[in-house]
Amino acid sequence: MPRVKIKRKSTVTDMTAMCDVAFLLLTFFILTAKPKAEEPVPVDTPNSSVTIKLPETNIATLVVGSGKVFYDITGAKVRVQALEQMGSKYGITFTDAEKRRYSNLQAVGVPMNQMKQYLDLESDKAEAYKQPGIPTDSVSNELFNWIRESRIANVALNNQEMRLSIKGNSKEEYPTIKKVIDILQKQKVNKFSLITSLKQAPKK
Amino acid sequence: MAELDTSSKDNKGGKVRSKKASTRVDLTAMVDLAFLLITFFMLTTTLNKPQAMDLAMPDKDEKKTDQLAVAASRTMTILLGSNDKIEWYIGEPGKSAPTVDNFGKNGIRKTLLDNIAKVKAASGKDMFVIIKPSDKSVYKNMVNILDEMAITNIQSYGIVDISEPEVAELKKQGLY
Repeated sequence: MPRVKIKRKSTVTDMTAMCDVAFLLLTFFILTAKPKAEEPVPVDTPNSSVTIKLPETNIATLVVGSGKVFYDITGAKVRVQALEQMGSKYGITFTDAEKRRYSNLQAVGVPMNQMKQYLDLESDKAEAYKQPGIPTDSVSNELFNWIRESRIANVALNNQEMRLSIKGNSKEEYPTIKKVIDILQKQKVNKFSLITSLKQAPKK
Repeated sequence: MAELDTSSKDNKGGKVRSKKASTRVDLTAMVDLAFLLITFFMLTTTLNKPQAMDLAMPDKDEKKTDQLAVAASRTMTILLGSNDKIEWYIGEPGKSAPTVDNFGKNGIRKTLLDNIAKVKAASGKDMFVIIKPSDKSVYKNMVNILDEMAITNIQSYGIVDISEPEVAELKKQGLY
C-alpha cells in the first residue's frame, strides 16, 4: 500500500496585496509627515484639557526652557524680513545665504552679535552649537525687539496681526515665564496662547 | 526566492522553444523596504498638533484708574506655592485663614466648585478668581490652574503678581 503523501505547500506567498497596502500607507505618511521640530532645549509641555488646535500661520512661538528663551517665527518671508529689520537695528547686514539659512531654521536663540557667525556655521556644527538663548535683559532687550520686528514684518507681508504663543517646559520656574510675559505685555500683547499637550478631558 | 532553472538542459535536438519568463516577481524585498520606510515616517511624524490655551492678561496700563471694583466677599485668591501645592482664601488677605490645597480632581477643583456654589448662594453673582503664582511655583502649576478655570467654567479670573504678605503666608506653611 502506498503511503499517503502529504503534499508540501509552497512557502512562497503572494505579496502583491501586502505590497500595495504597504505603499499606500507609506504614501499617506510621506504626504502627512511634518518633521518633528527640533527644539534647542528639551521642552516638555504641560498637559491641559483644552482642545483648540494651534494655528499654523501668522504665529510666532517663544520656546522657554532651562531659563533660556528661543524665538520661532512661522513663514519664511516673515522670518527673512524680521531678520533684516533686526540686522538694520543692530547694524548687521546679512548675506542672502545667511538669510536663506535663517528662514529654514526653527527656534533660534542666538544673540544678535553672534547671529552672523551662527548662520555661517556648517549645518552639522550648528546642531552641536549650544545656543545661549535670546537675551531678555532690559539693557539690550533683544527679545523685545525680535517680537516687535516680527510683528511689524508679519503685518507688512501678511496684512494680519501675528499671534504669539509660549511653549514652556512644565518644570520651568515661574520667574522666567513671568519675564517673557512682561516683555509681551510691554508691547501691549495681552492675549497670547500657551502651548500644551492634550490630556484626557476630565469627567465632571 | 532564487531558483535555478534546470528544465531545458535535457531538451536536446528538439525545437528551440522561446522560454516563457514567469510574470511573478519576488516582492519580499520591496515589502521589506516599504515597511521600513513606513516605520520611519510613523516615528518621525508628530501626529497630534499641539493645543493652544488662550490667555488674556490684565492690561498693564498705569494711567487707567477706573478699575472694576469687585466685592471682596466673592473674590477667591489662589496662591501657587512650591511642590505643586496651592493656598487659597476668600475675601481680603489676612482676614480669613488660608487653606492649603492640592491640584487635581479632589483638591482645588472640588474647592472651586464648592466656592462657586457658596458665592452664588450668598450674592447671586459669579465668583472672581485671582491667581497669584509665587516665584517658587513652576509653569506647569500655572497651566494647571488655568485649566481648572476652564473646567470649572469660571469666566472672570486674572493672573496678578504676588505681594509680600502673601509670600510670608506661603513661607509660614512651608510652601515657599
